[in-house]
Amino acid sequence: MNINVRGQSIDQQATRLAVVDCDIHPQMRAASDLFPFLSERWRTHMQTYSSFVRQALAETLAYPRMTPDVARRDAWPPGGAPPGSDLQFMREQHLDPNGVEVGVLVPLRTGAGSQRNLDYGAALAHAMNDWQVAEWLDKEPRLRGSILCTPEDPVAAVREIEQRAKDRRFVQVLLPPRTDEPLGRRRYWPIYEAAVRNNLPIGMHVGGVSGHPATGGSGAPSYYLEEHHSLVPAMQAVVTSMVLEGVFEAFPSLKVALVEGSFAWSPALSWRLDKAWKHMKDEVPHLKRKPSEYVREHFWYTTQPIEEPDDPQDLFKVMDWIGWDHLMFSTDYPHWDFDDPRYVFKAKLDEKRRSMIFRDNAKALYGLV
Amino acid sequence: MSRHVVASVGEVAPGNSKIVTVKGREIGVFNIKGEYFALANKCPHAGASLCQGRLGGLALSDGPGDYRLVRQGELLKCPWHGWEFDVRTGQSWCDPENTYVRQYAVSVEGGEELLKGPYVIDTFKVAVEENYIIVEM
Repeated sequence: MNINVRGQSIDQQATRLAVVDCDIHPQMRAASDLFPFLSERWRTHMQTYSSFVRQALAETLAYPRMTPDVARRDAWPPGGAPPGSDLQFMREQHLDPNGVEVGVLVPLRTGAGSQRNLDYGAALAHAMNDWQVAEWLDKEPRLRGSILCTPEDPVAAVREIEQRAKDRRFVQVLLPPRTDEPLGRRRYWPIYEAAVRNNLPIGMHVGGVSGHPATGGSGAPSYYLEEHHSLVPAMQAVVTSMVLEGVFEAFPSLKVALVEGSFAWSPALSWRLDKAWKHMKDEVPHLKRKPSEYVREHFWYTTQPIEEPDDPQDLFKVMDWIGWDHLMFSTDYPHWDFDDPRYVFKAKLDEKRRSMIFRDNAKALYGLV
Repeated sequence: MSRHVVASVGEVAPGNSKIVTVKGREIGVFNIKGEYFALANKCPHAGASLCQGRLGGLALSDGPGDYRLVRQGELLKCPWHGWEFDVRTGQSWCDPENTYVRQYAVSVEGGEELLKGPYVIDTFKVAVEENYIIVEM
């Protein structure tokens, strides 16, 4: 049974942390928070029909979560609004005590990019972008936004990107890794073209609705632990598709941040792809370099939920392989698997690497000043 | 080491807990079936306010298809990542060898004894006829 626990006190201890948090989830208090940003036509649609995505029970998640609203049990604001919906409480519980200099918003609710009704999806994406500006970016200068769009309707997506890119508080174009087809397919290229044209990276946060069992075709998972882990192979499939389809030959300046997809798998995937590519490169002659080189150059990774090997030095070894300049700290606030900047690394980082992971890499990727 | 009166027994009913501050540190006082335990309110895994977590039991199994829930109400589950701790020992259930939460000795004393001292009674009035929870720290 999921039971809420309200926070009793907030640790306000002063810290000298200064971090860029690449994954903060803002939430509406209720779906009606979007009404001011939807036309009458789509307000009526929301109230009459609401969501339909590629799965049964459209408003549910792929598997029940460990905690209500996927949230930390202490993240419910006083008064009972949903976690992540109260800016002042977010300041008190997260931005201030955790030394967040800049926080990148990743709005997930309403599943704008996964809607079967493409026009409704586009209206939702547009409304949630307006909502980010009005309710978060205008009120809190530490926050930055993500441009929501509809990957299955690239024309509408490009229109939305072009409109938002003028506001540099939007720092990335957000896509779900689970789409109708693998994200390397050419139907999605107009989105990459628009991102590159506007000098914006793609942010890819785990989730989206595939319409298939999360296990990758072998049937539905039995446990949350099993479904939770399936986020990783979904990310691997995206990386593989984008590399092998030649996306980075077509768009050599495209940058992709994989958010919450973990990272320790990346070197192993690269080794595997490189080995197979040596045997089969005549099948993909459009690739001019080893797959691992595209991975190394074009993908960034946020750290949460960080891997915790028995020997913390093992993690640093993996980070050596990936490249310390492509890893960026994130908390996932207010979700239950939140990483705290004080505790996230179990062994000491030298000052230079610390600064790269906690601030500099994100500032460089997102063009933060 | 000093002894601190942190609550009257009536304030912490069986199955419940109270978070108190002793010498500037937050401590969770738990009543498990009439026995009292005190744990530091800080998860050793990632620093969350552990004692705001939910009390539950321990799910055990001798193999697939065999499940039983034992020690209901004696395992504390962290409000962030869900690490479980044995309230009786402070030991982590996921990593019992290396991880435990700091425990403090707890006892119950009558108000009459307390008034003789030496106890730190700084938060409320102690009545002779009541019993009180004492934490050593």
